[in-house]
Amino acid sequence: MQKLLETLLIGVSTGSIYALMSLALVLVWRSTRVVNFAQAGQAMLSTYFGYEIASRSEIFWLGLAAAIIAGALVGAGVDFFFMRVLFKRAISGPAAVVAPVIATLGLLGLIRSIVGLTWGGEFKSIQAPASKDGLTIGQTTIPFSALNILIIATVSLILITLAIIFQRTNLGLSLRASAYAPEIAQLAGIRTARTRTIGWAIAGGVGAVAGMLVTSYNFLSPYSLDLLLVFGFIAAVIGGLESMVGSVIGALVLGIGLTFILNYVGTSLVFIGGFVVLIVVLLVKPDGIMARGKARRA
Amino acid sequence: MSGLAVSELAVSHGAIVALRGISFSVQVGQLAAVIGSNGAGKTTLLRALSGLNKASSGSAQWNEREILGARPDALVRSGISHVSEGKSVIPELSVRENLVLGGIWRGDKSDTNAAIAEVVELFPILGQRMSQSADTLSGGERQMLAIGRALVSRPKLMLLDEPSLGLAPIVIEQIFATIDQLRRKLGLTVVLVEQNAMSALEIADIGVIINLGEVVASGTASELIDDPALRAAYLGY
Repeated sequence: MQKLLETLLIGVSTGSIYALMSLALVLVWRSTRVVNFAQAGQAMLSTYFGYEIASRSEIFWLGLAAAIIAGALVGAGVDFFFMRVLFKRAISGPAAVVAPVIATLGLLGLIRSIVGLTWGGEFKSIQAPASKDGLTIGQTTIPFSALNILIIATVSLILITLAIIFQRTNLGLSLRASAYAPEIAQLAGIRTARTRTIGWAIAGGVGAVAGMLVTSYNFLSPYSLDLLLVFGFIAAVIGGLESMVGSVIGALVLGIGLTFILNYVGTSLVFIGGFVVLIVVLLVKPDGIMARGKARRA
Repeated sequence: MSGLAVSELAVSHGAIVALRGISFSVQVGQLAAVIGSNGAGKTTLLRALSGLNKASSGSAQWNEREILGARPDALVRSGISHVSEGKSVIPELSVRENLVLGGIWRGDKSDTNAAIAEVVELFPILGQRMSQSADTLSGGERQMLAIGRALVSRPKLMLLDEPSLGLAPIVIEQIFATIDQLRRKLGLTVVLVEQNAMSALEIADIGVIINLGEVVASGTASELIDDPALRAAYLGY
């Protein structure tokens, strides 16, 4: 019973970080129809900025704020200088579908190289904002730490903030309208290109938080967020790629599922487990768990 | 002149010329019906006027300012609202959200609410559906919502693309009556694109008949209705 509870708690903590990456991917996919593989690179670059500030100031939260700002700027920059130009040239046909995805892969490599040249390949670590030691309840110590609680709280706060922005503000309405029907949004007077860039900025900021939280747990290197991208992507697919709520649920399901495999089956099967889940979802419910009767028109 | 003046407008889709030499003018407060069969180029004309399609040559001026080449969202700011073909609402959003969308660019929440209240007065049925998703509306209600959204932008010139498309005759009658009422009440200038020639000309001041991308006849609506040759060739009755 105790092991089950631990597994659930750790699963939620892990899943909540996946949720941020998955949300970042969904935000970009909805507005731009691009699976942004560079999101891992953007998050990693932003986390390096966060690392610089956090290690100099010795305040994690200052580093987190810096990472969010850097993430938002990088995200907006990628859309403004990269995607807009790309979509001007590749308007229709296979080029328009494939080119942006390949471009994001290229961008991921580019960012990695720039980070490697600037910071080197060695592992960096950021002082965690809370203890990683397991909590002691009565006589027993469980592997769930104060840091885990802080991670869940931080992610919850961000999700609530995003929900308010998207559901209650004009900016959120513009973002949703531009994603669902860009032409109608434009005819209603919305500056859709600018709105899309704001969407990329939000995704960049959210991805940066994921990067900082993972790093507070582990370490930072030019490759350290690759697994986060993979699991974030799987979570997004579980959620159907379209739905923000779905992406969060998908991430929690994945986080809990993988922690179960880790605790009950074996470490070596965790990575494979992620892909098995991906394949099963694609075979059984290709539109994701949130899909109703019909898939939304693209 | 104040109003809409289109002169020698041409639009090409790649190698295909969709419109050529289109000229007509509409004075402020007038309703112009653009009539033509499927594929005549009516929709292309409206899309060029609202900035969705690029014109290859010619000019179009609204109150003496060139509008060709401007972005659709910029044209909304200068008082031009385009209700595109096929009940242009966003089904994923609620009825209220669809309406609010039309007012965001002005950044004045209380004025948007006032405009929405006016729309509800015009289309009471929308008032009962405010929190429903637009997906659940009937065809006629969707068309009302699309027009309502455009009205929330407080336009001076309204471009309406086939509001009758796919609607039952009785609903079409209602929609046309509302369009007529609107422009009288608000002094709107309207360009109404229609296949439904008779209903459109009945409420129009002037008519422009387009065939294969060219204007084949234009004049006052009553002239067009009374011309037996045109009636036989283009108006179908």
